[in-house]
Amino acid sequence: MENLSATVETIEAMERPPVTMTSRLDGELLEVSMGPQHPSTHGVFRMNVALEGEIVRKLKPVFGYLHRNHEQIGENTSYLGSMPYTDRLDYFCSMTNNWAYALSVEKLAGIEVPERAEYLRVILAELTRLQNHASLLGFLLSDMGAWGTPLMYAFREREKILDLFESLSGSRMMCDYMRFGGCRVDASDEWLAAAKKIVDRFPKFLDEFEKLILQNEIVIARTQNVGNLSPELAISAGITGPMLRACGVNYDIRKVDSYGIYPRFKFRVPLGDHGDTYDRLMMRALEMRESVEILKQALPQIPAGPIVNPKVKLRAFRPPAGEAYGRIEAPKGELGFYLISDGGPNPYRYRVRPPSFINLTVLEDLCLGHVVADVMVILGSIDIVMGEVDR
Amino acid sequence: METLEQIKNRAELAARGARIEVVTNPGPSQQSSLLIDNEHAVEVAKFLRDHPALSFDFCSNVTGVDWLERTVRKTTKTKQVVDGVEKEVDQASEEKVPGYLEAVYHLYSMKLKHGPIIIRMRAPNRNDARLPSLTPVWRSAELQEREIFDLYGIHFDGHPDLRRILMWDEFKDHPMRKDYEQPDDFEWEPTPHDEVLVRAKTHYTPRPEIDGAEKITATDRDSLNH
Repeated sequence: MENLSATVETIEAMERPPVTMTSRLDGELLEVSMGPQHPSTHGVFRMNVALEGEIVRKLKPVFGYLHRNHEQIGENTSYLGSMPYTDRLDYFCSMTNNWAYALSVEKLAGIEVPERAEYLRVILAELTRLQNHASLLGFLLSDMGAWGTPLMYAFREREKILDLFESLSGSRMMCDYMRFGGCRVDASDEWLAAAKKIVDRFPKFLDEFEKLILQNEIVIARTQNVGNLSPELAISAGITGPMLRACGVNYDIRKVDSYGIYPRFKFRVPLGDHGDTYDRLMMRALEMRESVEILKQALPQIPAGPIVNPKVKLRAFRPPAGEAYGRIEAPKGELGFYLISDGGPNPYRYRVRPPSFINLTVLEDLCLGHVVADVMVILGSIDIVMGEVDR
Repeated sequence: METLEQIKNRAELAARGARIEVVTNPGPSQQSSLLIDNEHAVEVAKFLRDHPALSFDFCSNVTGVDWLERTVRKTTKTKQVVDGVEKEVDQASEEKVPGYLEAVYHLYSMKLKHGPIIIRMRAPNRNDARLPSLTPVWRSAELQEREIFDLYGIHFDGHPDLRRILMWDEFKDHPMRKDYEQPDDFEWEPTPHDEVLVRAKTHYTPRPEIDGAEKITATDRDSLNH
């Protein structure tokens, strides 16, 4: 691979806009390897950074520490066999991973989903979004040096939602809940009542959390005008999810594709103005409020009925030859599965389109010209999970 | 959104000499794709991105597919004269489809909120698979084309930074290819120890009665003393 040169480049040669920080080492670049073992890399992720004083002049992400060739394993197992394995992609959001995979297989085989299952899917996906965004805010504060407290506040709420997942699917994080044409187990009325209670109390936590974080002077100083992303670059680089909407691009797959039963719910798509790290933080807080709105509509509306399409034969499942690409709005962005079937019991091609991997395309563009301490804040605001990035 | 045929005709008019083929999808997903020839791929991609009625500005998913050489069995009904009577007879024929490596791009439009349109490019030569890179058109292909280069071994001409991404740099093979064979021992790796151990053996006189099969042959010594 290309080595970052430590000596040759001078400041004049770099032709970067002038920066206000004055620390420099006579134009010499210092190569620093950040990671892979670092608490704020959210797993094992490395960046080769060339620094001029404290200022980032070059940044090359290094992937692959968690690579286990998920896609090939998917091609060697049956369609259903990959379902529990999708939990391990983005291990914070196993429900949305399940849904994206189930949606793609349903497109591939032309399967209808019963109404109650669609409602359950929406409820679980929005609960997943709540706990993912809450813990992201906690982690980001942790990266900035506010050790413990904000993260524990977020985890307290996340724990309640994970308890719901556990009582429904039997597992807190590796839920393995969706099936082709429906869901695995039905939710009882008690479960729905418990979910409603948690959702009703969630805005109170949000009020407190927003006061604590988003109006905090230090957070504002650390995040505003840091890592600005222009909408043109964001679209070209395939950025999706809250990170894209922080730049002001109105693109939410729940609205655009209107998959599942999302058109039935009234919710707004929050948009940012500047595309900086603060907007990305804010986007998460606002999206949590909208998720609460969706849940408040979905929980009372849920109809009785079957939760799985009885026509689907899960054993010896063989979709007809063809291909399909299905995508959903996962908490981190567009999560897609591209499947090619040759009529056999295994997919001929099984491809995951991981949102946080593709969102890392612009990491270098965001970090250039900022001090090295901002790299961690920017990386935290992209919201990566290495299980998904390296696959 | 326009139909695939209309887009194909428009693109062929815009990029002169481009040969585009509609690849139909037999499944129920109704996602057919356009097969684009490699010479005009960048031109066609720019047309798809810039045309105001199409404006596919968002390249969502880029991936590789490996199709090995395969035989397709076909049964055709032919009329033959059997025992003086004309009959329809099923005649089985085998057709060899040559293998190729394929790159698939899923495009959407963020501006007009339509899509997907799927474009494909094919590289017939497995040993030296080359395709034009579409990273200059859509930046989102940057990491994903690197991943295809890593796992499938397709070389993308015009990619700004083409090197391995998920496997380590010293890795030789392309593990997502269908004919990839896993090494039988994942644990083995060449360490300084192997060489040191062999060299260490030369300091001892061979003791086959104690050490069993460990014998230092003359060729081992020669190779170490060069």
